[in-house]
This record gives sequence, structure tokens and C-alpha cells, in this order.
Amino acid sequence: MSTNDESPSVTPPESVEQEGSFFRDLTGVGANWRSAVLVPVLAVFSALIVAAIIIALTDIDALRLWGHDPGGAFSLTWHNISGAYSSLVVGSVGGLRAISETLVQATPLILAGLSVAVGFRAGLFNIGAQGQLLVGGMFALWVGFTVHAPVYVHLPLALLAGALGGAIWGGIPGLLRARTGAHEVITTIMLNFVALRLVDYYLKSSWFQAVGRDDPVSKSIDVSAQLPRVFGFLDRDDVRVHLGIVVALLAAWFVYWLLFKTTIGYEFRAVGLNPRGALYAGMSVTWLIVGVMAVAGALAGLAGADRVLGVLHRGSPGFAGTLGFDAITLALLGRSHPWGVVASGLLFGALRAGGQLMQVRTDISLDLILVIQALVVVFIAAPALVRAIYRVKTAREAERLTTGWST
Amino acid sequence: MELQLRGITKRFPGVLANDRIDLTVRSGEILGLLGENGAGKTTLMNILYGLYSADEGEIVIDGTVRHFSGPGDAIAAGIGMVHQHFMLVPVFTVTENVILGVEPTRGGGILDMENARRDVREISAKYGLEVDPDALIENTPVGVQQRVEIIKVLFRDAQVLVFDEPTAVLTPQEVEEFFGILRGLRDAGKAIVFITHKLKEVLTISDRINVLRRGRMVGERSPGSVDEATLAEMMVGRPVELVVQKGTAQPGDLVLEVDDLVVTDDRDHPQVRGLSLTARAGEIVGIAGVQGNGQTELVEALTGMRSPVSGTVRLMGEDVTGFSPRDIHRRGVAHVPEDRQHSGLVLGFTVAENLILDSYYAEPFSHGIRMDQSAIAEAGNRLVADYDVRTPSIDIPVSNLSGGNQQKVIVAREFSREVRLIIGSQPTRGLDVGSIEYIHERIVHQRDAGVAVVVVSTELDEVMALADRLLVMFAGRVVADLDPTTVTPADVGLYMAGATP
Repeated sequence: MSTNDESPSVTPPESVEQEGSFFRDLTGVGANWRSAVLVPVLAVFSALIVAAIIIALTDIDALRLWGHDPGGAFSLTWHNISGAYSSLVVGSVGGLRAISETLVQATPLILAGLSVAVGFRAGLFNIGAQGQLLVGGMFALWVGFTVHAPVYVHLPLALLAGALGGAIWGGIPGLLRARTGAHEVITTIMLNFVALRLVDYYLKSSWFQAVGRDDPVSKSIDVSAQLPRVFGFLDRDDVRVHLGIVVALLAAWFVYWLLFKTTIGYEFRAVGLNPRGALYAGMSVTWLIVGVMAVAGALAGLAGADRVLGVLHRGSPGFAGTLGFDAITLALLGRSHPWGVVASGLLFGALRAGGQLMQVRTDISLDLILVIQALVVVFIAAPALVRAIYRVKTAREAERLTTGWST
Repeated sequence: MELQLRGITKRFPGVLANDRIDLTVRSGEILGLLGENGAGKTTLMNILYGLYSADEGEIVIDGTVRHFSGPGDAIAAGIGMVHQHFMLVPVFTVTENVILGVEPTRGGGILDMENARRDVREISAKYGLEVDPDALIENTPVGVQQRVEIIKVLFRDAQVLVFDEPTAVLTPQEVEEFFGILRGLRDAGKAIVFITHKLKEVLTISDRINVLRRGRMVGERSPGSVDEATLAEMMVGRPVELVVQKGTAQPGDLVLEVDDLVVTDDRDHPQVRGLSLTARAGEIVGIAGVQGNGQTELVEALTGMRSPVSGTVRLMGEDVTGFSPRDIHRRGVAHVPEDRQHSGLVLGFTVAENLILDSYYAEPFSHGIRMDQSAIAEAGNRLVADYDVRTPSIDIPVSNLSGGNQQKVIVAREFSREVRLIIGSQPTRGLDVGSIEYIHERIVHQRDAGVAVVVVSTELDEVMALADRLLVMFAGRVVADLDPTTVTPADVGLYMAGATP
């Protein structure tokens, strides 16, 4: 490598952006690690501050007090905010049960978040994690109560079925995009509805519905298909953390390896950053898109499998909650990086676990967690806002490296 | 009117973009501002235009210090900028584009198109800028679009006009016309700053020449007392070879045979219409032509990025028509694409990752699907050294490199393997003298090693200097097969315009 001992000349920060720079700003693809860490941390911090203001503004008692007893109002407001936030902490990491709940909540979030993150890395906006999760869950469920086998066969089979279901449901929009150009944002949203109604339909069909039930509730899966509890030996019913968290962490490691250590990941990322460059490099862009969506779908499918095999042990219409949409938040917060997704999954898991205690201990609704989550997205989606508030320089301004030609 | 920049200094993190630059331009003169890419010309002009603020120094107009906090202030102070890339709305008419942002209205916010049209006609007549006020931009040729940009600036009553690399998109004939317009503007009392890296042009048109190098003003010359070689040396900081040094070609076997090729663009319009050509080992075939005469589609068809509608492409006798980019690549074809940032590089990838962009899937860079990071790093470091790519590390995004070094990354990747045919599309576009010299040297070196080379370029000087055989492309066909040593640029220009000398 040559060195340049003279003072560097200049490349002004003119536009050298490939298309979709907003997408990359939003998803964090291509960001340097400093901003990839700083922006989410500041976004969460800002969201917590704004949420505290919301707590202050929604307490009628404290608001009434401001008029004649500002001191009392302040201390009441302070008490509310600190009470809420401290119960968030206690409820999420204050003891074995709390940590266990955090992990239970985090597991499907991480898996679904990885699904969206893989799409982001490849330049695809997978809004369909919800549908892929539902289909994957149904596949896992079906294997869970139809197949009868020892746990070391049954459980992996059920998990694989979940991944397969999700992969199929993700592959369809991939195929549509690759073959017809139909945009994945539209097709995945539509397929979410299809999946939702299919779940309703099948849960009431003789294939799935529990014998003797009128409502859409499925048969229960065999014990051999259940994700075993990690602390089963303690014999405590309230420590629910199960093997799913290990599956999620393995999946994160797998995604990391796939994205950054294999030719497949190289191709995914090339397509995401510059589809024309990928074509130039001789990649089959068509099949790559299908592949990306199938991998993303498989991860979401695993999240669905985790719900039915790890927590519910049977299927009901709401088994996926809003996980597939929370996953988008998560992938954004995790800057589309597997470890970032794990970190944000743990954080959101903690908020959920802690939120339950907060709801019990204070008058503040669990919905505050959703508010925080939404605020995080706002701050992530407007990185300029975060940078302006905290005076962080943008990657583009800070890192324009230059070199001269002549010696 | 007199515009002065005094002691302008601008720092970007780690970089001194402008270092105490002084510059003066007066009414009725054309100032040539010469410098390589990255010398700080654009930064300086962006400061003048209010897009950046200078860390030190001041802008003085007629003795008064002015502060611009945005282009609005600069425009109000009589400064107009014609950018390298036109900022026009294609589906608007000429008039609509001209008034965009300063629309004249009658009462109640109703557009006064009649007045606007009349103003456009007046300006166009006064300065000899011939345009049809009602033509849609998308239907007008590039040369006319540039006139619209100039009218836009004059409509805003600019006294100082800054042109940033204005001739890059023009044919030789259009350049002549453009120079006529510049002289007209000067004689009408406007002050003109002409930014370029082209030595010939700056000598032809300027009244004074200022040379920038690495953010510093290295000198002022008058065009009468200086020659190209001296200017190039001032610009680069060392003596530069301005002509391509090459011996006589020794053409060998046929490598590329294209027969009656028809290629359509994305909208299914035929762009290549029955084109035939050949290239032999050990010769450089230059293809000249005005942009948009099918060159892009031709190169894409030759490299597998676009399937031809009919006709054949043969490589060393084998029919490869419609083969995939990878299959063509495997047969020893190197492709330096037209737009390095659009297709030749993945800007978000590191230098090392870009150096394996079309061979990442094969040994030694990967075993199965597992990529071998140490083999990639080893190759990266070797190529960066061999091809003199200036980068602090192979692990930084290639987007952080200057244009010249980005192009070197592509050349290193494409030339470093066993090749039989090189297809270079605008291989030196946007590069500075030093980089151009280097890339030309490498191309000639490959030719002498027995590689067939096809160079497509809209820079006539470049193809003429480089080619052993010069083809001219017009309206999707090869209209002339010339000997570059005997033909005159004027004649080639006529072929490029579709005429016969």
C-alpha cells in the first residue's frame, strides 16, 4: 500500500451517493460503527425523555396541583416518572423471574427483527414478517401435534417446519418482485392479511381445531415438540425462559456469518447497496431477491414457531401479536446488524417485561411501552434530528477521506 | 463590478480544502480556474455561492464585504452558477424552468406566463442564446439545455457567472458555439469564471488563468504567455506526459466480432441499429461519438448486461450473444464501465471487497460459500500497491476515495487477471490529468501484451490519442472507420454529428 506523505488534497463532499441513500440512512446499512452505535443509543435516550414528559403531562392530579402547589406538583411528577422507570428496571432485570420474562419477550423479537434486518441489508423492505410469522407458526403447530417422535427429532422438525413456512410466505413476494417487479412493500403487506385470514380459517378447520371446541383454538402440541425450559430443574412455573433464546442467539450468529463471511451474504449486501453493481459483477439479481426474502421469511417463521412451541403450546388467532411489526422497529434500532438486533431485542423485551410490573405498581398503562417504541422509530427515522439535538457530525461530513494523485 | 475572494480557507475534517485562496474577477473578463479534481475548485465556488461558509477569509463585492448564508444571498448579490449537472425539470417548458423559484405573478398569485415568455425571448435575443421558450426540456438537446441554464442565471440578473465544467457534455461543434456565447456575455459586461480541468479550453477562452493545486492557488498566467505543458505541470505539481506514448500496433488474431447487432434500451427503443465491428489482439479500437448514440447499449450488450435483439457477438470465434455477464467475464473480458459509481463499484463496500467484485465466488477468494478473508486481504494489499491506489487501508469504504482512486480500484480489478479483451467505456471520465495519464499507460501496456482493447469515449481528444483504429458511432451505427493519425478532429466532429465531410 502506498503512503502519501504530502498534505492530502481534497475531495469535497459532493454527491457520490448511489441511489437509495435515504433507505440506507434509515436502516443503518453502510453506516460506520460509531454512528451505528451512537444514533440508536441517542434515539432510545431521547425517546425515554419524551416518554417522561408524556408521563408528566398525562397525570391529571399532578397537573391540577401545578396551579397552587408547584413544589408538590413537581415532586408528584418526579415520583411518577421515577416510579415508572424504576419499575421498568426492576421488572426486567430485578431477579431471576424478571430476567426470564425479559428473555421470553426478547426471543421472538430477535428472530423477527433478524428477518427484517436481512431484508434491509439486501435493500428490501420486508413488511411481511407478520404474515411469515403466522404461516411459520402454523407449520410448526401442525408438526407439533401431528408428528409423534422423541424430542430430539420432533423439536428440530417443528422448528424447521416453522422456518419452511415462513420461507415460503417470504419467497412469494420475492418471486413476485424478481419476476414482475411488484414492490415487496405492497405484496408483503397484502400477504399479511392473507396469512391472518388463513390462520383464522385453519384454526376452525378440522385439521387444526381442538376436539370439542367451537372457537378457533388448535390442538395442543406434544410435549416432545415444546421448547424445553432452561431452568426446568428449578421447578418454578414462573421462570418461563426456554430454549428459544438459544435458538435466537444461534440464528443471530448464523445471520452474522451468512451476511459477512459467505459469498451469499456478499451477494445479498451487494444487491442491497447497488443492484446494478451486482448485475455488473455477474450476480443473478432475480434469484438473489427470492433468496433474501426466503431467508428473511424463514427467520420470521422461526419467531412464529418460538411463540407456539415455546410459550403457548397451541395456536389461537392472536398468537403472533404484533411481533412482525415490532420487528421493523427493532431492525431499525439495531441498524440492521445481527448484534444490534440482539441488543435491541433484549431492550424491547426488557421494556415489555418491565412494563407489566410498571402497570401493576403505578397507574401508567402498558401502552407507554408502545409509545416509547414509536418514539424510538421517530428518532431513528429522523437521524438528522438526533444529530442536530446532540450535535453529532454526520458520517458524510466527518469521514471524507482524500488522497492525491501526483507525488 | 469587481468580485474578490480574500484569504478563503475551508477545512473539512482531516482535510484543508481551501488554503488562503485569493481570487479576483472583474466585469468584462473571463477567468479560467484550472485544477485537478479534488484541487478545491468546487469547494471554493460553493463558498462563493453560499452553499458552504468559509472558515476564514471574506467575499468582497465592489469594496464591500458580503456574507452569504445561502444561495439566495449569493443570487441577490448578482452571482449565478451553471452547474455541471443541469438542474432542470424535464417535463417543464424552457420558460417554466427559467422562472422556477422566481415566478412572476399578476395579482392574486396568478402566474404571468406572458411576461415570463417575453423576458426569456429578450434575454435570448440579447445574448444570442437561441431557444424556443415553449419547448419541453426533455425534447431539447443538451447544448440547448445548457443555454436554458444560462438564461436562468441571467433572468436572475447575475453579474458574475460561474460555469462548472461546462463543456463535459458538449460535442466539439457545440463547444465552439458555447465559447461564442461566453465571449458575448463577456462583451456585454458580465464577469465569468470558467472552471475546468481541460488545458486546451482554458487556453482558448480565458483572459486570465488561475491554477489551483491541493487547495492552494499556485499561480496566475495569461493564456498568451503559457503553454499546455506548463499549465499541466502547475496543476499536477510535476511534469506530465500529455500525449499517449505508444508504438505501432501489432494487430493479431480476431478477438471480437460483432455482426449486425441490434440492441434496445429500457423503453424498447432501438439504440444500436445493425452495428458491426471487429477488434484484434494487440490493437486499440476507439469508438467516438456524441453521448446517446447507442454507445451505452452497445457496451452493455458486449458485456452481457443487456440482451441484444438480434445480431451476433463472437469472442475468439465463439458465439457469446446473450451470455450472462459472468459467462462473458469468465472468457477473459474486462469491463471498465461507463459510470464507476453506478455499476463498477459498490460504494458501501470496502476497497478490498470491491477489488473482488467479479471474482469473489471463485478460488482463492472463497471455498464453497465461505469467503477467505486472508486471501481477500492479501490480494487487496497487493493490488493496491501494484496499481498505486491511494488509500489508508483496504478496509475503508471505497466511497471515501477520490474519483481517480476509485477508477484505479476498477482498473486494478479488471486488468489484474488473465484478459483477452478490455472494454473501456469512458475510462477516464471525470479524472484529472495525472489519473488519465496513468490509465492510458495501463491500457497501452495491455495492448502491447496482446490484449484487444475497445475504448468508447465521448472525449474526442482521448479516443484520437489512444486509438489505433478510430470508429465513429452515430445513431446506433458505425458510420466511419478512420486512421486516427491522419484524420482531423474537425472531420471526426462532422461524422459525430451525422454528416459526411
